[in-house]
Parts: sequence; structure tokens; C-alpha cells
Amino acid sequence: MKFKSVFDIIGPVMIGPSSSHTAGAARIGRVARDLFGRQPSWARIHLYGSFAETYKGHSTDVAIIGGLLDYDTFDERIKTAFEEAEKLGMSYEFIPETGNVDHPNTARIVIGDDKSEMSMMGISIGGGKIEITELNGFPLRLSGNHPAILVVHDDRSGCIANVANCLYKYDINIGHMEVSRKERGDMALMVIEVDQTVDVEVMGELRELPNITQVTRIAD
Amino acid sequence: MDVLFRNVRELVERAEKEGKLISEVMIEQEMLITDRSREDIMQQMDRNLTVMEEAVEKGLQGVHSVSGLTGGDAVLLQKYMQQGNSLSGDLLLDAVSKAVATNEVNAAMGTICATPTAGSAGVVPGTLFAVKNKLNPTREQMIRYLFTSGAFGFVVANNASISGAAGGCQAEVGSAAAMASAAIIEMAGGTPQQSSEAFAITLKNMLGLVCDPVAGLVEVPCVKRNAMGASNAVVAADMALAGVTSRIPCDEVISAMFEIGQAMPSAFRETAKGGLAATPTGKWLESKIFGGSVVGSGQ
Repeated sequence: MKFKSVFDIIGPVMIGPSSSHTAGAARIGRVARDLFGRQPSWARIHLYGSFAETYKGHSTDVAIIGGLLDYDTFDERIKTAFEEAEKLGMSYEFIPETGNVDHPNTARIVIGDDKSEMSMMGISIGGGKIEITELNGFPLRLSGNHPAILVVHDDRSGCIANVANCLYKYDINIGHMEVSRKERGDMALMVIEVDQTVDVEVMGELRELPNITQVTRIAD
Repeated sequence: MDVLFRNVRELVERAEKEGKLISEVMIEQEMLITDRSREDIMQQMDRNLTVMEEAVEKGLQGVHSVSGLTGGDAVLLQKYMQQGNSLSGDLLLDAVSKAVATNEVNAAMGTICATPTAGSAGVVPGTLFAVKNKLNPTREQMIRYLFTSGAFGFVVANNASISGAAGGCQAEVGSAAAMASAAIIEMAGGTPQQSSEAFAITLKNMLGLVCDPVAGLVEVPCVKRNAMGASNAVVAADMALAGVTSRIPCDEVISAMFEIGQAMPSAFRETAKGGLAATPTGKWLESKIFGGSVVGSGQ
């Protein structure tokens, strides 16, 4: 079941006009920001399907930038996100694409700064609910039924064991886990679905582990 | 994932077998799934109710969108009602005006609570605050109205769709209207089965409705579709309370809605490429708002 909570249906509280194209878009931007771990200095956003056709009317572009600035769906500052981005010196570009994608509301967000860059694909499935389908070229297969943690790390031995140990320490049970990497010794990704809610303390400890680049929570 | 209900049949059966309200089953399921306390869950819904109240109030004072396409109709409707000559009756028009008020606020990038989406956010609060004047519910009963709406919306979202881009307007305003109808029944003292009948009757009459927003804006025809969604909900609730039943069971109506959405060409699924968006006036409005040349039909 993709929609778990009654507040997925009666909610979110948000700035209009569209739950999928405004609130969902803001959430996709915010997850990207969260995964990147800091304010990016530039953003290139590719829009597909209905996002590409109607983004101006729905303020999808403004909302994604709002998300990249870490604004929640109900944050009044979403309305002036473009101006806020300029103040912070973040440049951005929107590219409507004509290619076919699986879901009509799809955005690919490429963000970066002078240190690194990141690419993420998100879809907005209705009512403000979103799914992340790809990260840095890794396809993500999240069931959406459980809280999930994404860990981007260097492909070094011990990384996976350290993360699993940390979760064990906090009595968090892993329901499903996938590991993948680009090439041996290169960037790697863990997708971990867990049964319990992962709080800020655990997230902080995971980030402190050696060879871990980014840690974020999804669908909690 | 363990849930208390996956479809409307299970929802109604559980409520009737345990002698509980549908809202109660929804609250219990929320507690079960999220591991949160009842108090916590009730408080969050209370806050959502407050957001809805404030949006209606704001809309009734008169708001206008940046494009200028929508705004001010809620005020017109309230003034007309006060003259006392309305043909369709005060409760119905009140629901319509408050649904319009909410969506006018949404179109103006104001703060709303999506129910189940932003484009369809007017129907549930519009009907709630109109029926409220007739039934004089407690604050808790008003909060329960939202849980009952949510229980039915939960089934639709998981078994069909609540996205206009995926299933057309029937999935958004159609779902919202049917959800509201089911919630009116509970507030009016009807049975869980009657909620299910009202839901089915409402959704049947919204089947096939396309999503064709002019210029891609959540304004034309979205605001007025919320108005008609609200009236559909109130009328269907009266029908179900009168004892009228749906020949097609609720869950099958939901499946039909999903199937129709799947078969809908993408021009009618929130791409602003078909229907009202593609009319000469629709295209003219689009070019007026966003500038640039109007894409011709090749003639």
C-alpha cells in the first residue's frame, strides 16, 4: 500500500495550487537537498510528462526551488523561492523534456557545488505523496511501505557492517536491504527499509561512520 | 503491512461488526500503522481542520489569483444566498460557496489542506462547514468527519488513484465528493453501509470526468468542479439517507474509476492539451497569461 496514513489523504497542509505539482514538487526538491546534505550552489532540473507541460501554471518550478532551500510544503516562503535562491546565490535552470517516462509527474534534479554533484529522480504520485526512483544513476526500489534510509558511501569493506551494527545498537530491525555500486572502489549505495522510526540521533551517528558520504530518510 | 481494511467492504464490515463508526476504524488503523497515540493523531487532524476553517473564511472575504482567472465567486454566492431567493436551497449553496472559497484561496497560492489533493481541496471542507450549520456537531464530530473522509480516500488512493495526472478529475474531485458524501452520512447519524452507498452514488456520477485545466492552472474549471462536487456529495448523501442504494457495489465503482483513468488519453490527464484547455478561449487565455504565440491547430 503506497498510502499508509490518513494524513496522506487529509493533508498535507500546503501552499496552493497543486498537491502533486506544488507540494509534491517541493518535497522532491527537499529530499534532494537533504540527500545532498547542504545548500547546493546550482541546480539543473529536468521535467517530464505533466510536470513538463504544466509546471508554470502549477508553480512546480518555484516549489522545487523552495524544496532545495529546505522549505516545507506549508512554508509561506515557497512563493518567493526564486528571489530567496537569488539572494543565496543559487543558480537554477529548468528543462522541460519530451521523452517518455514511467510516471507522468517526474522530475530529475541535478544539483551541486564546487565540491560535488548529485542526480536524483523523483515522482509525485498524488496528494503530495512522492517516491524517489533513482539516485546518482542507481535505480531505487523502495516499497514505500516502511521507513527507509539511503546511505551513499565509498565502496570500502566494513561500511555495510558498520551501518548494520549501528542500527542494531538502537534496536532497529532491517526488513529489506539492497546494496549497489558504480564500480569497485567507487561510489556505492545502501537502501535499507526498517521496521522502526529512525530518529535524528541515529541519523547523526550513521553520518559519523567512516566512508559515509550522505545519509537520509525517506517515507517516514 | 497489517491494516484493518483494504477496501470499502472490509471497512464497512468491521465498523458494523464491532459497532463502531467508520471514523473510529480509521483512527484505530492510524494508531496501529504509525504507532502514534490517539491524542496525537486527533490533535493533528484538529490542526488540519483549523487550516480548512481559515481557508474558507479567507475565501469568503474575497481573494483573486495572480492570473485573474478565478476569485470573488464565493462572495457573490454568499451575497445571493442572503437575498433569500435561492432555488437550490441554502445548505446546498452554502456548501458550494465554501468549496469555491477554499479553491479560490488555493488558486491564489494561499494555505490549504489537501483533501485528497489541492485541486479538489474545496469539497470536503465546503460540505463540512455547510452541514455543520444544520447538524450542530461538536468539534470532535467535525474532526471525525475528516477521518471518515480519509478512510474512504485511503481505499481509493491505494486501490485506484487520487491523481489527476494519472486518472483525470474523476480521481480528484470525484474522489473528494464521494469521500465527503460518506462523511456527511456519519455526521447525520446514518449507518456505515449508508456511507458506502452515498460514496458509490457520488462517484458513479463523477466517472469519466477529465482533467483539462486551462493554461495548466488549477483554476478553470477546477474551482467550479469543486462547487459541483460539493453539491453532488450533499444530494447523494440525502439519497442514501432516504434508503436509495447503489446497484454497483462501492469497491466495483472504485475499480471502474481506475479502469477509466487508465484508458484516458494523456491529453485529458492534467497536461493542459485537451478538453477545455484546448478550446479557442482556453488557448487564448493561456497565451494572455504566459505570453508567446498560440499554437494553432494546423488549419
